[in-house]
Amino acid sequence: MSAARTAVTARRTRSVVVCTVLGLITLVLTLIALSRGDFPLTLPELLEALTGRGGFASTIVLEWRLPRALAAVVFGAALALSGAIFQTLTRNPLGSPDVLGFSTGAYTGVLLLTLVAPPAAAGLLGGAATTVGALVGGIGSALIVYLLARRDGVQGFRLIVVGIAMSAMLNAVNVWILLQAQDEVAMAASMWGAGTLSLLDWAGLVPVLILLVVVVPLLILCVPLLRQLELGDDVAAVHGVAVERTRRRILLLAVVLVAAVTALSGPIAFVALSAPQLAKRLVRGTGIPLAASAAMGAVLLSGADLVTQHVLPTALPVGVVTIVLGGLYLVGLLLAPALQALRTGGRYGQDHA
Amino acid sequence: MTGRSPLTAPRRPRIRRAGPRPRRLVATGLALVALVLLCAASLYVGSRLVPPTTVSRILIDSLTHLGSGQSSPERARALGVIAQDYSAVVDLRLPRTVIALSAGAALGVAGALMQVLTRNPLAEPGILGVNAGAAFAIVLVIVLLGVSSPVAFVAASLAGAFVATLAVFLIGTLGAGVITPERLTLAGVAIGAVLAGITSAFRLSNPREYSILLSWESGDLSQRGWETALPALPVVLAGLVLALALAGPMNALLLGEDMAASLGANVRRTRFLLVLAITLLAGSATALAGPIVFLGLMAPHVARWIVGPDQTRLLPLAALLSAVIMVLADVIARVVMWPGEVPVGIVSALLGAPVLIVLVRRRRASGL
Repeated sequence: MSAARTAVTARRTRSVVVCTVLGLITLVLTLIALSRGDFPLTLPELLEALTGRGGFASTIVLEWRLPRALAAVVFGAALALSGAIFQTLTRNPLGSPDVLGFSTGAYTGVLLLTLVAPPAAAGLLGGAATTVGALVGGIGSALIVYLLARRDGVQGFRLIVVGIAMSAMLNAVNVWILLQAQDEVAMAASMWGAGTLSLLDWAGLVPVLILLVVVVPLLILCVPLLRQLELGDDVAAVHGVAVERTRRRILLLAVVLVAAVTALSGPIAFVALSAPQLAKRLVRGTGIPLAASAAMGAVLLSGADLVTQHVLPTALPVGVVTIVLGGLYLVGLLLAPALQALRTGGRYGQDHA
Repeated sequence: MTGRSPLTAPRRPRIRRAGPRPRRLVATGLALVALVLLCAASLYVGSRLVPPTTVSRILIDSLTHLGSGQSSPERARALGVIAQDYSAVVDLRLPRTVIALSAGAALGVAGALMQVLTRNPLAEPGILGVNAGAAFAIVLVIVLLGVSSPVAFVAASLAGAFVATLAVFLIGTLGAGVITPERLTLAGVAIGAVLAGITSAFRLSNPREYSILLSWESGDLSQRGWETALPALPVVLAGLVLALALAGPMNALLLGEDMAASLGANVRRTRFLLVLAITLLAGSATALAGPIVFLGLMAPHVARWIVGPDQTRLLPLAALLSAVIMVLADVIARVVMWPGEVPVGIVSALLGAPVLIVLVRRRRASGL
């Protein structure tokens, strides 16, 4: 009994340590993002600029660099959180919003509005055309997937199959629209389609931040219910949880997170899938840790955005870098037990998958 | 002895257990008939209007003079038909039909093998990074080497598919005492993501090649003739034969590793041969038709719903079904925007996805 309690305490400590370390890494990455660029700043200069008394340096940091750096942190965390919730509810790493086609749906919405609809419609919405298209497309496709997967409640496996099918269809539609469009237009649209943070400013960012401030506390309120659902529908029902209604609410909140982020940045693939899995392996718990997932998402996206801005020779969308970085990291973590076994020359290590 | 003998009574359940048999035969028969009709449609329909009787004459003529070494215009003159008609049928429609048939069959079987290897009913060459590996290798060949010969495509595609499959399998299994589907799936998704990311980086930083790559990736069959089909066909055949030969050991593997070993199956060798067969099939299919997603997921599931989990029955039906969908998609791709074309990858996704959704709603999703 006491041994079990020690194990639980150790896991909790580990979770706190992981979150703290990831948080510190995020902070460092953000400071680097704020100080690097065509106009490099030292740390004291940066701190002065942040207080708003740095003159031109303040303009650069507060108006140009801060929205982008902040967006990388917040969007990464939001995507990862949404992924963690989906993976917990579907009990499958493939049950992530990016596999289920919600970001593809958002992309379809944007393409339809900007490339297919008569110019008058897009002109009416002005700069908000992409945002509206992404929100409608993302939430719409999520709704369709949910309704199609529903039959005496939503079963995780069925949700994933329907999601993959929808995703394939929407992707086909997207490619078709892009093939019909002029090369330059298509190229610009597909830059957005790979996910980019380079088009961000405060005017676009603030509404999304407000939305997140509303949604995230609601999600935190749902965490105990989520943990009940994790035990299985029957157990949760016995404990007095209204299974289907609760699941629907939590899924809706998670979809809003993804759609809000996608509306501004385009579909940044793979954060939602990889961050929760990475966090799970670092914390070594049984379920998917939400806080650590969010912190991992922030690290992934900030790091990837730094790489796109300062390491790569050509301008690439951040989504491309997140995919590569997140994928390589995941491969590394999956390989870790094997390498450990090779090093010690002994038996295979314990697998935490 | 006119009454029912008590001795024969226990036989009845056995007869009832054989119940699915007619359904299996009907389904296979229907699929075969559909395939033949679709192949015919694929040969007789196209952007160029050729009278059906002329198509038949051209087909018979080209088959009877297969090894003669004469070019299409020479044969057309000898037969007395318009040279462009002859060429459209023999140099465009025939290879396209063959490509759609073989790529479809290869993808369906590759998906079935993948689902057994990873013990994950969601596995598919598209999801598990095999197509991404093949596409990556082909993009490398186009962008870095500037080569665009079909033989180089097939070779690159095979190499890419092999490396990706092997990497997925090794990363997913190394270090784990037992193979868990989750690890394998994650490894596949991760590797596929890395490769797809690099591929799209290449695509976005090479505006000039952008549209060539996009059209290749969307599975456009209109530009592919015999020079694409011929190098890949033997590989598809080898893959199909290997897969069918593995059907027995796969059935054993499905019972679990320990059970398979005690039944006398060589688990390790079977797994390696599975990796090899998947490589041959997915690699050649990608070289033939581009990275077609989804068929590999759908065909085995539909086949399993019809014939059950026995691989000796499932594999041929999966091949048949996915060939049907692929040829149908190719015919529709030619007709729907006549005389223009839609890439077949787009049509097959739009065709296949609703079918899968309807099926997964109707029945309990099937495990392995």
